[in-house]
Amino acid sequence: MSEFLNFLMLGLTRGSMYALIALGYTLVYGVLQLINFAHSEVFMAGAFGSFLVVHLVVGEGEGLGGFEQLLVTLLGLVAGAISGAVVAFVLERVAYRPLRRRGAPKLAFLISAIGASFFLSQLFGKLFNRLGNNQFPDYLHKGEVLWTPFGARIKLLQVVIIISAVLLMIFLDRLVSGTKLGRGIRATAEDAPTAALMGVDIDRTISRTFIIGGALAGAAGFLFGYAFVFSNTMGFIPGIKAFAAAVLGGIGNIRGAMIGGLLLGVAENLIPTAPWVGGDAWIGQEWTDVVAFVLLILILVFRPTGILGERLGRAA
Amino acid sequence: MSEQAGGSSVPGRTGSVLLDVQDLEVRYGAIAAIKGISFHVEQGEIVALLGANGAGKTTTQKTVSGMLRPAAGSITFDGQRIDGIPPHKLIDLGICHVPEGRHVFPRMTVEENLAMGAFRFRSPDQDVLAHVLDLFPRLKERYGQQSGTLSGGEQQMLAIGRALMGKPRLLLLDEPSMGLAPLIVQQIFDIVRSINADGVSILLVEQNARQALSLADRGYVLETGELVLAGSGRELLADDRIRAAYLGEELAS
Ligand SMILES: Nc1ncnc2c1ncn2[C@@H]1O[C@H](COP(=O)(O)OP(=O)(O)O)[C@@H](O)[C@H]1O
Ligand SMILES: [Mg+2]
Repeated sequence: MSEFLNFLMLGLTRGSMYALIALGYTLVYGVLQLINFAHSEVFMAGAFGSFLVVHLVVGEGEGLGGFEQLLVTLLGLVAGAISGAVVAFVLERVAYRPLRRRGAPKLAFLISAIGASFFLSQLFGKLFNRLGNNQFPDYLHKGEVLWTPFGARIKLLQVVIIISAVLLMIFLDRLVSGTKLGRGIRATAEDAPTAALMGVDIDRTISRTFIIGGALAGAAGFLFGYAFVFSNTMGFIPGIKAFAAAVLGGIGNIRGAMIGGLLLGVAENLIPTAPWVGGDAWIGQEWTDVVAFVLLILILVFRPTGILGERLGRAA
Repeated sequence: MSEQAGGSSVPGRTGSVLLDVQDLEVRYGAIAAIKGISFHVEQGEIVALLGANGAGKTTTQKTVSGMLRPAAGSITFDGQRIDGIPPHKLIDLGICHVPEGRHVFPRMTVEENLAMGAFRFRSPDQDVLAHVLDLFPRLKERYGQQSGTLSGGEQQMLAIGRALMGKPRLLLLDEPSMGLAPLIVQQIFDIVRSINADGVSILLVEQNARQALSLADRGYVLETGELVLAGSGRELLADDRIRAAYLGEELAS
């Protein structure tokens, strides 16, 4: 039971980060019917951006109290979100908009995305000396255990990550369903020419969609970098998994991306470590990534529209 | 189904030209779809644009609402050149387009679709909303329902209601009767008449020529991108060539 809870918490922690990144894939797919493969680098930029800001403001920050820890977390989230938003905004302007203007074929967008992805990854590598393991100072006392229900060890860091992610997801859900900006985004996703007839500025809406998705990925970059280590290549695996999560939930479907992310995180951590109760792992934690990608393949084969089906955008 | 007073009593009609299209040419790549047509809509008029499938009616309307850019010619609205202005800016002048095939947002509710129609305003005008729901009581019944689940007639009502939320001065209607049962078609045409009676000028594209012409002040007939006939609704209704077209024969031109 305790091991089950430990892996469940680990799954939810990773899953909530996948969900935040997956939202960016799904939002952009909604308005452009395009997978933004450079999104993983937006996530990476969030980690570096938040590190620079937080480190500048707080320094090593030894022995922070509870309230100061909260402020550090908020600062990191905001700095990560702004970094991600800026990079996503520029990415759309430089790598996608010119192609859209020319009515380029889908393949051109894909190639442009891959190019932008390499460029960003190498740029950050160059700027930060290609260190494989940059680390945040230990503001939240990573090792500290908060509760021990049923002998499991639930850490403050995990709780902070899950709560931050859930709050951001609720915020996004409200934004998309309840505001005029959100209605414009949904209308663009459903039928862009008609949305334009209603007065929706499609270019501006696409730009704002990138900014929102970038902000979420940037915030996730902070959480991820903070929980683990960060580097210029950190985006690759979480990026692909978040993409898998978006597909799992139904690409284009916002709530699907949230559910897909959490589900993938939990599945990839619980399945390879079963049976948890007996103690002996089944195939072992090193199979985590394998499980995640087998799931992606199964979904693509058996239910390509995902769990909730495509919803924000057109039907597949 | 009540007969209303003749066109001359319609308020807002001043005889001044609201929409003026001159020598318009529109192409799809190498294909010329509109080959130099000129027509106009006066303030307060209903003008019908008739023609067989593929004649270029939709292309003409899309060009007026900014969805397509003309290759040549000019479009003037209320004295201002508007050709080349993108649609999301044109709507601010009061040009509202109900596109062919309705194009409601299927995954939005009726309420949200109507709100989309008022997107150009900070928030929807509640008086206009009340008026639209009066015109289309069915929409009130379906208010919270996803629009994709509505019947064809209801979707057409929603598409028109949505356009009205944008407070049009010129309403572009593209085949509002397409695919609808005769009773619903009659309702739609009655409502078009009452919208016009509120002072909205209308450019009506129809294949249903008899009904469109009995409603319209004037009409034009398009054939493969060119205007072949023009006249008052009454004249065109009496025209042999129109009658021939009714019977499915070739237009003699
Ligand atoms: N997107 C398009 N690409 C190429 N040709 C088109 C396109 N849309 C319409 N056309 C052509 O332009 C002509 C006029 O079409 P349209 O304006 O839709 O006619 P109508 O509305 O009178 O039926 C037709 O020959 C049609 O095939
Ligand atoms: Mg047509």
